[in-house]
Amino acid sequence: MELLFFIENLLAATLRVATPLMFGTMGELFAERSGVLNLGIEGTMFMGAFVGFTVASMTGSLWLGVLAALLAGALAGLLMGFFAVKLGVNQHVSGLGITLLLTSLSLFLFRVIFGENQLPPKIEPFPQLTILQGVPFLGDILSQYALTYIAILLVPVVWYVLYRTNFGLDMRAVGENPEAADAAGVNVYRTRYIALAIGGALMSVGGAFLTLAQLGSFTFGIIAGRGWVCIALIIFANWQPLRVLWGALLFGGFFALQLRLQTTGLKLPYEVFLALPYIVTIIALAITGRKATGPAAVLKPYKRE
Amino acid sequence: MDAVQMVGITKQFGPLTANNKVDFELKKGEVHALLGENGAGKTTLMRILYGLYKPDFGEIRVNGKPVQINSPKDAIDNGIGMVSQHFTLVLPLTVAENVVLGFNPGMTLDPKQVNKTVEEAAKKFGIDVHPTALVRHLSVGERQRVEILKALYRNISVLILDEPTAVLVPQEVDMLFATLNRLRESGLSVIFISHKLYEVMTISDRITVLRDGKCIGTVNKKDTNERALARMMVGRDTFGVQRDSEPCSGKPLLKVQNISAMDKKGLLALKDVSLEVCEGEILGVAGVSGNGQAELASVLSGTLKPESGKVMLGDLEITHLDPASISKAGVGRIPEDRHAGVVGEMTVAENLALERLDDFLKNGMLDRKKIKDHAEAMIKEYQIKATPSIQTRKLSGGNMQKVILARALFTQPHMIIASQPTRGLDIGATEYVRHKLIEQRERGAAVLLISEDLEEVRSLSDRIAVIYEGRIVGILPCSDATEELLGLLMSGAREMANEA
Amino acid sequence: MKPNFRIVRSPAPGWFSALIPLLAIVVTFMITSVFIIIAGANPFEAYYYFLISPLTSKVGILEVLVKSTPLLLTGAAVTIAFASGYWNIGAEGQLYAGAVAAAWLGTALIGVPQPVAVLIMLIGGFIAGMLWALVPAILKVKLAVDEVVTTLLMNYVALFFVSALLNGPWRDPVSNWPQSPTILANTMMPKLLPPARLHFGFIIGILAVATVWFILSRTGLGLRMRSVGMGQEAARFMGVKVGRTMFITALISGGIAGLAGVTEVAGIHFHLIDAISPGYGYSGIIAATLGNLNPIGAGAASLFLGLISTGSQAVSRSLGVPSFLGDVVQSTLLLVTLAMFLLRNYTLRRVE
Repeated sequence: MELLFFIENLLAATLRVATPLMFGTMGELFAERSGVLNLGIEGTMFMGAFVGFTVASMTGSLWLGVLAALLAGALAGLLMGFFAVKLGVNQHVSGLGITLLLTSLSLFLFRVIFGENQLPPKIEPFPQLTILQGVPFLGDILSQYALTYIAILLVPVVWYVLYRTNFGLDMRAVGENPEAADAAGVNVYRTRYIALAIGGALMSVGGAFLTLAQLGSFTFGIIAGRGWVCIALIIFANWQPLRVLWGALLFGGFFALQLRLQTTGLKLPYEVFLALPYIVTIIALAITGRKATGPAAVLKPYKRE
Repeated sequence: MDAVQMVGITKQFGPLTANNKVDFELKKGEVHALLGENGAGKTTLMRILYGLYKPDFGEIRVNGKPVQINSPKDAIDNGIGMVSQHFTLVLPLTVAENVVLGFNPGMTLDPKQVNKTVEEAAKKFGIDVHPTALVRHLSVGERQRVEILKALYRNISVLILDEPTAVLVPQEVDMLFATLNRLRESGLSVIFISHKLYEVMTISDRITVLRDGKCIGTVNKKDTNERALARMMVGRDTFGVQRDSEPCSGKPLLKVQNISAMDKKGLLALKDVSLEVCEGEILGVAGVSGNGQAELASVLSGTLKPESGKVMLGDLEITHLDPASISKAGVGRIPEDRHAGVVGEMTVAENLALERLDDFLKNGMLDRKKIKDHAEAMIKEYQIKATPSIQTRKLSGGNMQKVILARALFTQPHMIIASQPTRGLDIGATEYVRHKLIEQRERGAAVLLISEDLEEVRSLSDRIAVIYEGRIVGILPCSDATEELLGLLMSGAREMANEA
Repeated sequence: MKPNFRIVRSPAPGWFSALIPLLAIVVTFMITSVFIIIAGANPFEAYYYFLISPLTSKVGILEVLVKSTPLLLTGAAVTIAFASGYWNIGAEGQLYAGAVAAAWLGTALIGVPQPVAVLIMLIGGFIAGMLWALVPAILKVKLAVDEVVTTLLMNYVALFFVSALLNGPWRDPVSNWPQSPTILANTMMPKLLPPARLHFGFIIGILAVATVWFILSRTGLGLRMRSVGMGQEAARFMGVKVGRTMFITALISGGIAGLAGVTEVAGIHFHLIDAISPGYGYSGIIAATLGNLNPIGAGAASLFLGLISTGSQAVSRSLGVPSFLGDVVQSTLLLVTLAMFLLRNYTLRRVE
């Protein structure tokens, strides 16, 4: 019975922990499938956490916070587009620059708004939706935040967009062979801009989830490298929407597991458990990395003479 | 009224003037050839018409009306379609997806409906394709058909074809011409870019010749012949490379034995390939692009490890050696893509020294004087228009190729592997490279010439091997190699017992 | 007839290219003015504190050099990696590895004369940094795993590792803070101009920049490194052992970053703490980019970043603007410089 409770608890936590990973990785999926590596993801998620929290605490509305994060994220995506699409500069460095900028800017503005030494206001976070209250085992697992359900719904929605809309076809073409797409009359630049904006919005909402749903407050270490895990996850998922879900659940499971292992009294410093998901990510990359081939045009800026 | 008129088109790329006040008109329902040597400006002119380039000066008129064509979409809106030399197909997508890309109405994409629409269009235009096939799995000829269908699907009235026969065997060329004649009868106007005189004389109604970016003139086919066209193209009477010797009088130096190798996608690109090259001969490898030539060159250069088989250079086995060791063993290599054979951002001197870098080091440090002196010597000997400290990417194609030649030949190698050595070069550079190869043969080196230019292979080689789908389907002395026989071998329609 | 000028795609004149970093600085400050105003301060005052006031006193100048020390090292480390096309984003973690080595050696080298002890600390830190760079390097060369993600993830593993040490076996028994025991006096970096904080690590930083410059421009190894960075396929064709070259570069880069950890532990803090690096590894990337992958340029950029870092504290003290502004300025400068480097490809041309 104890074991069953443990598993039930773990599965419920897995879904929660996987939520920001889902949003982040789906966001990166849009970027990379259109041919741009967006290393601004860590900063975008951080900014989303900050913007969501700040707007929610100032307006009293959590959903307004989510909306603000979404819009801010779209802008962040467009900023990446400016460097990668318009200017065509090195995507590694510009992405990192954007992460550094968004992170430091969020910290700066946080201090300006909430002051130096006060404790920041806490907000009442999202409630969990209790759908199957009372049902044993499943009841607990399915009591999730609305955003978590949205994250799961992303899978069929993104799949539909990618494979059953013209925009998705344009995106896939632009990510594999932008010359071909251009010659066919597709606007390569506009397609990439839109993809990056959608991607940025998703990433940002992923960050907002952490402050608005999970924590109810904003700490400096709130993202702690989850953005980079998403970069690894997308390779692991072979750039496919459904596999993103499995990957996020797997890694979400690890994150959730390490928290629970800490309390079982295993004689290891808790940092080992904290480091475990990152180490597992590296190992996963080692196993899958070799055979993974992403969209062919990633990292190559497109310019027509 | 002309279907298309281009007036005073000028386009510069940095210091290079690709099109210099060019005038061009296309009448309705004609096949109009645009003829010229590599680098004459034909592709540039048509890319301007198709909206891929913006002209610096000049005007375009469609059906008498001046238009602004700033993108391929504008061109398509004006009824102009283009099939490029390098296919613009997205390999992981299906034929139907490629055809409707950018031209599917509405927001959604229903595979069943799209497949049906494409199939109907294919029937209507008489193009043989399967809508659900993945483009990655199609042959080169099939891919070209998809490209043509893609253009026709967009209701164009002007079709530009850029060197369409470069990738086809002679029999496929006939099929293409039949299709073009059919389409012309239904009212389509065609611009046919080529540098092949006999083709142009076969298919076109009128011919415009470009040379060094300028329009030399437009003639009716009936009023001209190949000699006259050639003179217009080159500005003087052309020549052929003369060769007068007998096959394989020396002893075999390079022995390729049962080599099998995979390509980048993990498919078998070379299947049990065997051939020999003797000292003092040029063995030409003929074949349509994409039949394993690149992989053969890579195996022999040391950049691709074969799955099985052996490569012997004299008594030395070089099968699994890395590029540095192969070079040291006395093999001069000319890579297929010269841009991937030099580090563009580095100087000419650095590129010349890099292959044999150990010879230019003193205690691990660069001997800069030696590197500079060597570069100056090579520049002089190979007539390279460059200075040692100029960035290699700034050189013209011909001069870049000369740098590669210098690097490959200065150590007097006994074996030379030349892969597409004159691809994309102007006539002067092409002559130079071909003379250098013959010079090496006279010197007693063994030369393996891999080239998609059938003319080149036939005029330079002593013996010709034909490669088809990764196998050598025939090796014959040049005197026996008629164009018809080669065409049959290159298309896989025939296979011969190997002749040593 | 008035001549027309057009902007054409052609290399810009040399003097213009050299001016671009200056232009970038001006544009950056224009952009960051907005944030300064939001924080309620006067931009011109802020820039005075940022750029001028640290240079107005001897103490200020020395502090700039102190702050530049770890940046010189991480900047050099990142420069040599990027020059070879190896995207080492893990300088931060490699720095921590070096710091760990220094903290450990610093308590173990009892009785060893100072010059020798310091040398051993440096060697130990270099090796530690190399070891931390080893796993991503092997994965890249043998399994073609992208090093950007792996080096990044290793940064977090390093942080957790240090935290585990400081909260566990290395917790200072005296104060019970999460900091390692103070290192021995003979293992500390000698001060260059006592009583100021400027220490021998600064000399190491300069030497690192000079060494990287020497390797890249004067040695065969450096030429091979650059060929791999600028044209991997061509380099391979010409016989350069691409995998091995990248591997060596990755390790050297990690080692130099490790040295930054040593200088911070042995020169400034004298013990290991969680916050030994407020992002020096990432700032090194900024320095390398500002320097356009030229080691000397990266060195100059490191000094400039040190100036900004010192200045941001002055801004915070005097105007109450959050000190995060320094990071905002740095990252904005990075992005602006990236954008402006493109101007090198255009020039004004007279056209009739």
